[in-house]
Amino acid sequence: MDIPKDRFYTKTHEWALPEGDTVLVGITDYAQDALGDVVYVELPEVGRKVEKGEAVAVVESVKTASDIYAPVSGEVVEVNAALEKTPELINQDPYGEGWILRIRPLDMGHLDDLLDAAGYQEVLEREG
Amino acid sequence: MDYTPHTEEEIQAMLERVGAGSLEDLYRHLPQEILNPEISLPEPLPEWAVLEELRRLAGKNQPAFKAFLGGGVRSHHTPPVVQALASRGEFLTAYTPYQPEVSQGVLQATFEYQTMVAELAGLEVANASMYDGASALAEGVLLALRETGRMRVLVSQGVHPEYRQVLRSYLEAVGAELFTLPLEGGRTPLGEVPEGTGAVVAQHPNYLGALEDLAPWVERAHGAGALFVVVADPLSLGVLEPPGAYGADIAVGDGQSLGLPMGFGGPHFGYLATRKAFVRQVPGRLVSETVDAEGKRGYILTLQAREQYIRRAKAKSNITTNAQLTALMGAMYLAALGPLGLKEVALRGVAMAHRLWELLLEIPGVEPFTPKPFFNEFALRLPKDPHAVREALAARGFHAATPVPREYGENLALFAATELHQEEDLLALKEAMWEVLA
Repeated sequence: MDIPKDRFYTKTHEWALPEGDTVLVGITDYAQDALGDVVYVELPEVGRKVEKGEAVAVVESVKTASDIYAPVSGEVVEVNAALEKTPELINQDPYGEGWILRIRPLDMGHLDDLLDAAGYQEVLEREG
Repeated sequence: MDYTPHTEEEIQAMLERVGAGSLEDLYRHLPQEILNPEISLPEPLPEWAVLEELRRLAGKNQPAFKAFLGGGVRSHHTPPVVQALASRGEFLTAYTPYQPEVSQGVLQATFEYQTMVAELAGLEVANASMYDGASALAEGVLLALRETGRMRVLVSQGVHPEYRQVLRSYLEAVGAELFTLPLEGGRTPLGEVPEGTGAVVAQHPNYLGALEDLAPWVERAHGAGALFVVVADPLSLGVLEPPGAYGADIAVGDGQSLGLPMGFGGPHFGYLATRKAFVRQVPGRLVSETVDAEGKRGYILTLQAREQYIRRAKAKSNITTNAQLTALMGAMYLAALGPLGLKEVALRGVAMAHRLWELLLEIPGVEPFTPKPFFNEFALRLPKDPHAVREALAARGFHAATPVPREYGENLALFAATELHQEEDLLALKEAMWEVLA
């Protein structure tokens, strides 16, 4: 299972990649694999204020639908519009083209509360 | 598999717990004649004699009356092919099958049902059916509110009053506001669509049978950012313009007119069709056509992930069940008749209803109420209380004169005619009405 070391993770299988004063958010390789074929992504409105842990998007596969939780508090500044037409990007490239949204956090320091790659690896092993 | 309600040991444990020594002890307070009633059955009979006796008893039933009842349920002919196909074991099920066990045959038949409904409605998508016309309307309006993100609904008084009651119940639960547009002269007058309206609803032909002119209404609704929901009798769509053609966004209605028995008001099915753009908001089940890994055609329940059994509180509606068998009967009916057959059946109903209208208006004191043009149903103003008229007609062997609620006017009754009626039936009803009203 691919777990890049350049970003942070949540126990609920989101990743957060800091870029300047914003954070790119997506779901992990493990999560996309567990969901199966993603058929739809419900994206939030740009400008929405979110609290850490709040459901901010929905990823729908053939069998199930999962809420995506904001890894940090802040404002949604961009969403990946490509997912509306090609939701399968999440399956194909979960850490790249399959990103979901971009948040400008209230405080970049909040990222320190998240897991690093090793910590997330441990979570997966425990869920095993 | 054996079904064992409780073992001897469990019974003993329960008796001990309540302090009874035995079952007889437990029921001691009951009168003996209830505990051990004497059942006086006749002597055993051979099978042929039992059948003979049952036939004799069945012969005591009154012959079925010709029904001229309107108000959303009408008598129609069910072609024997529909009954024969619908009673096949492959289709019969006591509940709604879910993905793991639903067969390709049922899925394909449902897909065909959806395709026919979408074609009739002139819209791109139809779901696998709802319980009935009223629940389809309520779900259609909720769909419009989800899509627009608004909480205000305008509904024409021409929508069946019982459907409006169901709609009110649904809307109260989500906190939406419902405003009624009163009829004028039997039709919905063109009015303003206030800001913040998410759905405008009308019925065509309306509750009184009259044809509405909805294109200008649709334009106003869209101008105000609202979606337009039409309640349409699917049989009427054999001759009238499909709702999608005059711009409606959502079409709903009751499928009983597609050859289903009246059945004392059910089971029927409701249909719901809409634009592809709103497919994510469609309630209930939806069957899609796809190909499997080997490229073979197959059918699948799709968009299930928004449904109650997966999404729980966040589902689009609380309906995952649909009226599978009756909806398939509707599809079988449509397939048996074809577009031309449907048109013929609809036109025959129109011709019979207009002839009946002429005949009944020859009776002194009877006045027209529904404006022309009407479909296969109309309201008349009677010189007597319609409830009494209906009773008196029933005593003469006619089911006719459905009393119209007072909100539409005094002493109004609905009459309908369909492909089942002949000239002599109409004349017989006229004669009975004449006697009753004299």
